[in-house]
Amino acid sequence: MTRLLPVLTILLAILVIWYGAAVPMNANWQVTLNNRADLVDVPLTTFAQQTWSQDKPVLPAPHQVISEIWNATVALDISSKRSLAYHGWITLSATLLGFAFGTALGVLLAVAIIHNDASDRSLMPWIIASQTIPILAVAPMVVVGLGAVGLTGLVPKSLISMYLSFFPVVVGMVKGLRSPEAIQLDLMRTYDANGWQTFWKLRWPAAMPFLFASMKVGIAISLIGAVVAELSNASGGGLGVRLLTGSYNGQTVQIWAALFIAAGLAAILVALVGSAERWVNARMGARA
Amino acid sequence: MTTVVSAQNLGLTFPTGDGDIVALSDVNLTINKGDFVSFIGPSGCGKTTFLRAIADLEKPTSGTLSVNGMTPEQARQARAYGYVFQAAALYPWRTIEKNIALPLEIMGHSPAEQSERIARTMELVNLSGFEKKYPWQLSGGMQQRASIARALAFDADLLLMDEPFGALDEIVRDHLNSELLKLWERTQKTICFVTHSIPEAVYLSTRIVVMSPRPGRVTDIIESTLPRDRPLDIRETPEFLAIAARVREGLRAGHSYDGGAV
Repeated sequence: MTRLLPVLTILLAILVIWYGAAVPMNANWQVTLNNRADLVDVPLTTFAQQTWSQDKPVLPAPHQVISEIWNATVALDISSKRSLAYHGWITLSATLLGFAFGTALGVLLAVAIIHNDASDRSLMPWIIASQTIPILAVAPMVVVGLGAVGLTGLVPKSLISMYLSFFPVVVGMVKGLRSPEAIQLDLMRTYDANGWQTFWKLRWPAAMPFLFASMKVGIAISLIGAVVAELSNASGGGLGVRLLTGSYNGQTVQIWAALFIAAGLAAILVALVGSAERWVNARMGARA
Repeated sequence: MTTVVSAQNLGLTFPTGDGDIVALSDVNLTINKGDFVSFIGPSGCGKTTFLRAIADLEKPTSGTLSVNGMTPEQARQARAYGYVFQAAALYPWRTIEKNIALPLEIMGHSPAEQSERIARTMELVNLSGFEKKYPWQLSGGMQQRASIARALAFDADLLLMDEPFGALDEIVRDHLNSELLKLWERTQKTICFVTHSIPEAVYLSTRIVVMSPRPGRVTDIIESTLPRDRPLDIRETPEFLAIAARVREGLRAGHSYDGGAV
């Protein structure tokens, strides 16, 4: 309860601010609507309720977003093109595939970098440069370019996810694989251990905390990568497509619902990586 | 008597940004099988560097150094020595028994032989019963005992110890010193032991090598006249105090060279 109370307090504050903000933000349109319907002298409480139940509000009220989420997931057949569960799954599968690619690529690059001075100097600038390019500019080129050679659907999107998620993994793992102290490396040398043994018995386990910290960042930006990639190819479906069609049609409630599903997915994914981390930590004897 | 370590005119220089640092200069020393040799001296006298040169963790720049009649590199590849560092350097993700298994895994011992050796060495350092504990669950003294067990596990005849008890309090240190002597008696190993504690050096050693800094060199080699069997209270005897006085003398002589005064 002591842990729940602060969370609930913040949640309550957000709801209050949200409902409060919805009234002035939707007021103009509501006044127009009321004038058209010849409604005059609407009491403030009624007016507030009106602003919270518009069809296409500037800022939808929380209950509108929640009911849209409910209607578009639980209440709707999963195979429906309007189901957010269907679109969420499309985005999720691209996210997971891209995250797996990105983590693997990141680890491989980190291994190359720590074992080879030349690759350290030649690769690192490119890796950093890759992240200075706006992903919004790269994503359409990759998606459209690969579409032109017949590659569509999951793979182009997961490539964008990979492009974003490999970076924190490289940076974290380079640091992690270099984290063993001199004394621990000396110990391996006194045993005449080969590079393979030093890697698997010392560098790899020592890098685990760094790997998980990187993966938490990586999986969240993988989702962003997948959503951004979906903006470039509206035919494939996904949460990004729902955001896009929502904004074309002024369906703010739909946009917010898709946003919330995306945020919820990201939270669940980060939590999953976190529990994997705890499981590995426990097996590696970390203090509880 | 078999020679284990032999150094002739050994020199070792570290190049640094502002000039070379002479860590060892003209060291001549022979260590025989079964010796317990302590290296004592102030910081920067090269005692740890000498130990690391024996272990092939540093390369001498002049003179010759042989370990078991081989070059240090060959000796290291033949797993001729166990090294105990200043810190226990246990891998935190391994239990104590798994830490002791580390060199055995690397050297390719069978699982059955591993567990037999783990049990034997843990008994030797009085750690039986702590096999499944993680390093953080043990006190500093117990961690260092585990690291000694790890160095003993693969049965090298030479044990190199670099201030292994330096970070421990005096009560624990006394206890571990007498245990180390018993262990030496039982295993008949050759031990090279770096310390900066005079009582520790005198209590443990058959020979004490006194070193001084800038440049690191040997100033005195003292053969101990104490019997091999040494209870802790031997440290009150006149004989013990006489050896300690000579060590102190040697250390002071090294310093007068440095300061120019006295």
